[in-house]
Amino acid sequence: MDLSTVPVAEPVNRLIAELEKLPGIGPKTAQRLTYYILRQPESEVRSLAQALLDVKTRVRLCAECFNISEDELCPICRSPDRDRSVICVMEEPLHVLALERTGRYRGLYHVLHGVISPLNGILPENLRINELVERVKRQAVREVILATNPNLEGDTTASYIFKLLAPLGVKVSRLARGLPSGGELDYADERTMVEALDGRRPLN
Amino acid sequence: MPRFRVYHTEGVILRRVDFGEADRIIIVFTPGRGKLETIARGVRRLTSRRAGHLEPLARTRLLLAQGRQLDVITQAEALDLFPNVRSDLERTAAGFYLAELVDRFTEPQQPNVNLYRHLVTGLTLLDQGHEPDLVRRYFELRLLDAVGFRPELYRCAECGRDLRPVTNHFSPAAGGVLCPDCGGRNRTVTVGALKVLRFIQSAPTYEQIARLRVPPGIMRELELLLRDYLRFLLERDLKSTAFLDGLRALPTRS
Repeated sequence: MDLSTVPVAEPVNRLIAELEKLPGIGPKTAQRLTYYILRQPESEVRSLAQALLDVKTRVRLCAECFNISEDELCPICRSPDRDRSVICVMEEPLHVLALERTGRYRGLYHVLHGVISPLNGILPENLRINELVERVKRQAVREVILATNPNLEGDTTASYIFKLLAPLGVKVSRLARGLPSGGELDYADERTMVEALDGRRPLN
Repeated sequence: MPRFRVYHTEGVILRRVDFGEADRIIIVFTPGRGKLETIARGVRRLTSRRAGHLEPLARTRLLLAQGRQLDVITQAEALDLFPNVRSDLERTAAGFYLAELVDRFTEPQQPNVNLYRHLVTGLTLLDQGHEPDLVRRYFELRLLDAVGFRPELYRCAECGRDLRPVTNHFSPAAGGVLCPDCGGRNRTVTVGALKVLRFIQSAPTYEQIARLRVPPGIMRELELLLRDYLRFLLERDLKSTAFLDGLRALPTRS
């Protein structure tokens, strides 16, 4: 919707335009958010503005694992309680959260910030792959878990990394795949069914 | 005007881009409707019933509903996932290459049934275990035919005289081979390479081509020649070519 012809105060239009740039926010949502913010007390709005600035100015990438961090090293890389001989390779910082929520994993991470996808213009050199190889060479790593997404781009990236790590003699594994919890068999594609069958586990 | 119009089509998924919370924009090449930009809602959830059927390089049967901007994928069933293309990095890279060529050479909603058929054939050949480099040459020449840039390989593209069995030249701008007189500073093309080009261009099926034993030097010559031509037509380098080159540079052991 073009609001430039509607007589609305310029700062309001500007905020709508800025919010619209965000992923998943259309013109209607942008307007709704803008008018919501307009009704908030100034202290609330200041706190939002400050949070927006801080996320950009006070956050950087961990020098070791490239996860989002406030300091040179992220809390996970700094923690004395983590198993430093295992590295789990993730596509995105958000995926680290998904695994951390389980509380099951005690090793370290390595965030690639994307996957190989030539058609979308992303090649290995655009990712933190070389940094991973250097890390494995430098540190006493026993196992690298490749936790990229179970799809073509994720698999391609995992195979590519495996090719680089194989000569280093480190154990390389991939997250298990097959049927998702809560799914239904008749909707599974053939490949998923084959994977589930191949990866079946005995109950006795 | 009907509110919901629904249609069936099959198509090869060329690429996709994440969109919103759990959606994906899926760019699919169809035989009857050409390249379509569609949206699949919720397919990034692990329990999605469609996600596995909407992987890039899959041939899929789709049910689409016309949307305001993008048509919405309501059902998807993979017809062919080309499993061997997926499980082998070199074949995946070659598959990406075919898809990128199609993506670059097509405009949205321009049907090209021949090109579609060649793409499916190309992926099938890769899946059947044929030599990826040779399949790429085959596909390049078929694609050039289908999009109207079939290179002239029999007469000089400048003066029109029949080419003699000597070292000739190739000119992307002229769209074909040039005789030594007209060749100027254009790259040369050896007698052997021209023979293979003609054979691949005119062979009715891939079976004859599969029997070819092309020496590595000539294979490389063909690759660079066609790369030049495609680069000239597209006015850009393909990302998947860079990926293929990168793979080749890796140490060969796995």
